[in-house]
Amino acid sequence: MRPETLDLTAIRADFPILSREVNGHPFVYLDSGATSQKPRQVLDAERHFVENFTSAVHRGAHTVAGEATELFEEARARVARFVGVAADEIVWTSNATEGINLIAYGMSNASVGRGGKPAERFRLSAGDEIVVTEAEHHANLVPWQELAARTGATLRVIGLEDDGRLRLDEAAAIIGPRTKVVAFTHVSNVLGIVNPVETLVELAHAVGALVVLDACQSAPHLPLDLGSLGVDFAVFSGHKMLGPTGVGVLYGRRELLNALPPFLTGGSMITTVTLTETEYLPAPARFEAGTQRVSQAIALSSAMDYLDGVGMATIESHESSLGLRLLDGLGAIPGVRILGPGADAGVERVGLASFVVDGIHSHDVGQFLDDRGIAVRVGHHCAQPVHRRFGATATTRISTYLYNTADEVDAAVQAVADARSFFGVDR
Amino acid sequence: MSSSDLQNLYQQVILDHAKQKHGYGLRDDASGSSHQINPTCGDEVTLNVHPSAPGRIASISWEGHGCSISTASASLLSDIVDDDSTEDITAKIAAFRELMQSKGALDGDEELLGDAVALAGVSKYVTRIKCAMLPWVALEDALAH
Repeated sequence: MRPETLDLTAIRADFPILSREVNGHPFVYLDSGATSQKPRQVLDAERHFVENFTSAVHRGAHTVAGEATELFEEARARVARFVGVAADEIVWTSNATEGINLIAYGMSNASVGRGGKPAERFRLSAGDEIVVTEAEHHANLVPWQELAARTGATLRVIGLEDDGRLRLDEAAAIIGPRTKVVAFTHVSNVLGIVNPVETLVELAHAVGALVVLDACQSAPHLPLDLGSLGVDFAVFSGHKMLGPTGVGVLYGRRELLNALPPFLTGGSMITTVTLTETEYLPAPARFEAGTQRVSQAIALSSAMDYLDGVGMATIESHESSLGLRLLDGLGAIPGVRILGPGADAGVERVGLASFVVDGIHSHDVGQFLDDRGIAVRVGHHCAQPVHRRFGATATTRISTYLYNTADEVDAAVQAVADARSFFGVDR
Repeated sequence: MSSSDLQNLYQQVILDHAKQKHGYGLRDDASGSSHQINPTCGDEVTLNVHPSAPGRIASISWEGHGCSISTASASLLSDIVDDDSTEDITAKIAAFRELMQSKGALDGDEELLGDAVALAGVSKYVTRIKCAMLPWVALEDALAH
């Protein structure tokens, strides 16, 4: 089925911020890889909930508390449907970073004996290995460094080809009998390329290792079916996919979540508490200690309604054409080097490009674009190792979403070209 | 093509210093040194202070990489440290910090800060103040050690 094209005028009308001006120019928002804008429908859904249903979820016995609890759990089911898994396999977190830390600390707790026999497969000690890639966001690297340091396990890294693709030969050599976890990103937040999830899942599962997928840059932009990808855990953040800040999602296969020792402990995640010990609820409740981000979860489920209303395949196709336009435009500017494969490499990628402009620091490129009301990301985008791999300290990153137009991409490309003459590097 | 605000931020003297860096290249015989990083962009500067007498700094030398604002700032800073007492240098750092925090309200004291007053425009850009401050923070830190 050929994806339909977007009704950009209608979509843009749903995002009030897109009609504001910045520095005397129409606001051009090309930083959705960092955080997305939010449509009215999502803001309205959160407000409607807060105005009509505010009460203690999973605690109160009164009518409104019951209604709120139902809506909260419906939101969980909605998120589960969005990524093709069951509702009790979805845990609310603050963001993807917390989700990865939840897994890492759960394993850490298992490694000191918590969780008993069912948690044995999460135990790490000297000789075990954790595998990540050179392209990871710090959120999918630092928690594993810390877990390795706490348990004595060794962190191993799959390197990148010169065009940014994962070195699959190296992956096959590194992933072996010692491997306990393979954690990698679905779509790199710097390179924009879609990693071959199935290949890595196959390598990991062949040796009994768990797969943790960072889906932060895929869940907002591509149809995502975690169930059929076969990963064991996955995380993503609400604010990058039209939802509010403060809410994220952890997916885990049911039997794994029910065996993993909890990370944050306290109220609402227990069955019986005595002064000396406690029994925990099954997942997902065992990972949801304390008062939850209820209205944010409601808003995130509304964001998923919005995305599915437009159609994820349609969004993917729209962004793919914006991404190619971006690569073509940037590629035609002398002195611009794009990290990752170019437009002609035939590698699947999202509408995102990080690049170096020879002779101009990314902060200065970003400042020049900002002067024209164009918002992009500058710096290392929380991924220093991949920048180091490609010989850059910092890059400028342009990233699209469903609400961006071809004209906006063209305006950004033109501004990059003009920055070269402003800073005198075109002579 | 570009707004007057942008021209004001990137004055020619700044663009010149970003290209022709004064004081660049670390020299030995330092009485103090500091390495500073801007964690949001990875920019860094290493700065040495070279004494002429106890309590007096003859000059600074520095190395690093960064945007034109932080690079020009280090270069301009090296121009205004010229056999000064540490008290005078501390006063200059304080004056520069006040200028950076002025949100465009101050022009800067040229007698104290020399050509570094050209960086006054940075104070209107809250996201760039750290860039301009980086070498000054390094100098402050180097004097303290």
